[in-house]
Amino acid sequence: MDNQMNTSENLYGVGALFKDPNKIVKVVEKLVELGYKHWDVHSSYPLHGIPKRMRLKWSPLGYVALILGLTGTLTGLFLTWWTMSVDYPLTIGGKPWFSFPAFVPVLFELTVLLASVGTAIVMLFIIFKFPNNQHPLHDTEYMKKVSVDHFGVFIEAKDELFELEKVKSLFNDFGADEIIEIAYDRNEVAFKPKVFDVKFISFLVVIAIITSSVAYLFNNKILYFPPFDFMLNQFRLGPQESSTFFADGFGMRKPPAGTVARNQEFYPFKNKPDEAGMKLVNPLLATKENLELGRNKFNTFCSPCHGWRGEGDSRLNGQFPNPPSLHSEKVRNWTDGRIYHVIMEGQNVMPSYASQLTEKERWAVILYIRSLQRALNAKQEDIQ
Amino acid sequence: MIQENLVINYQRKPLPEKLFKVGLLLLVVGFVGVVLAYISNSARASFNLLVVFTWIASIGVGSMFFIGIEYLTGAVWSVPFRRVAEITASFVLVLPILAIPILSSIHSLYHWSHTEAVQVDQILKNKSAYLNQTFFIVRLIITLLLWFLFYYLFTSISRKQDKSFDQSLTKKNTIVSAVFMPVFAVTLTFFAIDWLMSLEPHWYSTIFGVYYFAGSFLAALGVFTFVSISLNEKGFLVDGLGSEHYYSMGALIFAFTNFWAYIAFSQFMLIWYANLPEETFWFINRGVGSWLYFSIGIIFVKFIVPYILLLPQPAKMDPLRLKIAALWVLFAHYYDLFWVVMPTYSNGGVPFGWMELVFPVFAVGLLIVLFYILSKNVNLVPIGDPKLKRGLEFHL
Repeated sequence: MDNQMNTSENLYGVGALFKDPNKIVKVVEKLVELGYKHWDVHSSYPLHGIPKRMRLKWSPLGYVALILGLTGTLTGLFLTWWTMSVDYPLTIGGKPWFSFPAFVPVLFELTVLLASVGTAIVMLFIIFKFPNNQHPLHDTEYMKKVSVDHFGVFIEAKDELFELEKVKSLFNDFGADEIIEIAYDRNEVAFKPKVFDVKFISFLVVIAIITSSVAYLFNNKILYFPPFDFMLNQFRLGPQESSTFFADGFGMRKPPAGTVARNQEFYPFKNKPDEAGMKLVNPLLATKENLELGRNKFNTFCSPCHGWRGEGDSRLNGQFPNPPSLHSEKVRNWTDGRIYHVIMEGQNVMPSYASQLTEKERWAVILYIRSLQRALNAKQEDIQ
Repeated sequence: MIQENLVINYQRKPLPEKLFKVGLLLLVVGFVGVVLAYISNSARASFNLLVVFTWIASIGVGSMFFIGIEYLTGAVWSVPFRRVAEITASFVLVLPILAIPILSSIHSLYHWSHTEAVQVDQILKNKSAYLNQTFFIVRLIITLLLWFLFYYLFTSISRKQDKSFDQSLTKKNTIVSAVFMPVFAVTLTFFAIDWLMSLEPHWYSTIFGVYYFAGSFLAALGVFTFVSISLNEKGFLVDGLGSEHYYSMGALIFAFTNFWAYIAFSQFMLIWYANLPEETFWFINRGVGSWLYFSIGIIFVKFIVPYILLLPQPAKMDPLRLKIAALWVLFAHYYDLFWVVMPTYSNGGVPFGWMELVFPVFAVGLLIVLFYILSKNVNLVPIGDPKLKRGLEFHL
């Protein structure tokens, strides 16, 4: 009590203590009738019916929770949509990139998380004014009695209708057992949040430095010393390492002679470009779909060297020799099968693209090359 | 020994004759419709009767679950209304009468009941130790006998208390409830698997029992809330019951609406994600033709509408809104069961005609008449219950 400043300008309010809960009901009704706004009732157990008589409004916290919950839902929706279908689309189990049912658990969890944690934070920081844990009523005689065997009514001095003598006589009229004036606590008035304290901030900085240096040391240094380096020594071969298991020293095995891997077609025209040119026929029709597929694959695999339009204008800035144009007389006169052979086997510097493209895609690329050739070397009758 | 402070001022009033007349009218009209339906298309009629059968079973056994929960948790707010749940629990008594016509047309309902079909189907052959007619009927009889037994125990002990005011009877019913809970869990799961899941004998979903339970308790709460509020408003119960009791009912409906949505979505998402053909076909059947719109409708009917209706706190205290929500969840459960049962009958489109309207009329009429008859000689408030006074003084 000694750190309270009992001057009238520091008055927080006046409290009245009653032994009989029925008197409280009458006081409450009177205060409502007179139109006081900043007042409260204190009791050590719930007094049923008092909130109704006090005409307390519904707590707005429900709306806070609703808004925060909806924010969580929308955040979840954005997060799942952006990561799963725009930024890094992965096909999982053949599902579409935007598969809503898979996102519902995320939406649900984020809704619940934001609504509950957010409401708690709003309650603590805005309503309870955290980190201030002090209140003028704390540690007063009024609060001590109210939490044992009295019921209290308290009117704050900031109420418009508040007049010290009037309030006191009002309480006396209703037979208050005790009337207590309560002033602001000195600590309460001089309270500064610890967040801006230099000591507190430097404490946070020191903690941050210690934790990050421990994490750095552990991840970059300690993990490379025995016995923590067991993850580095595994039974596998790194790039360019020779095998001690196989006699020939190769880590990769070659397929046995005369076999073809599953789902891989056998190419009978190995080293026989002319035969391939004569015997192979493009099985695809020049439909829009096939040309789209061809364009897609051409732009992905061919255009870095051959250029967007096959003119041999490489985008690789001389890192690789530029290939000749696909619009030369020679290539235009090649059959589809001859071009197919080049894709399968490679030519000069160009490697084989058999592993990058499926059979259908190869033929689609050829269709697209044909359409490029026709477009860039249009004949008179094409224009008409 | 009668304790003075426990005696409540309650006067038994008979329910109005009008209610009985309305119920009887609906029942007669519905019954004529049902008979006509059986004459014109007995297969379709049996599927509709199956919906009615499982719907009534839901309400009856769900009410028993409510009584059990009340005793086990020592809840006080629901004590003044418990008689309502005890009377609605009696709906299980009509189940054998409804089961007979369904069992007589078992071949048009359940594919596994055809022995020649089972012979050529390896999966059904493997399941035939469980899915055969004899064991099916045995399971039904055991289930119904257990339900009748617990219905009898709950109500007779509770009614005895009206006269004797004996507090130890509450203890006795608590023990009955504790025994009832596991029995309820097992019987309801078997009931759901037998009567609903086995309509598609190749399909299985391990959560299906819980799915049916969620809907059942919701339907029981719907009846309980609607009847309790109506009776209380007309003054058939005791004074002092009001918005704080209603709030608890609204909160329960709201909670179990969410629970149903959680379970229904869990069932859907796991099947959708795993994408196994032996599980997905059940949902694919419900996405064909007009069934697709019916399936999307269930999200709104059973989850979104009651969710929004009951979300604000004051909405759970408003008797009118609560009554609407209660009837709505009752309708939603019928819709749900229709969605579970009917695609087996008509694959490709929702069957909807006079027949689908006649059966709910019949069911509602039956329930009203039953409620009237069974509440005739009973106090509508358990006046001997030691928790009644506390229940009347219940505050949030």
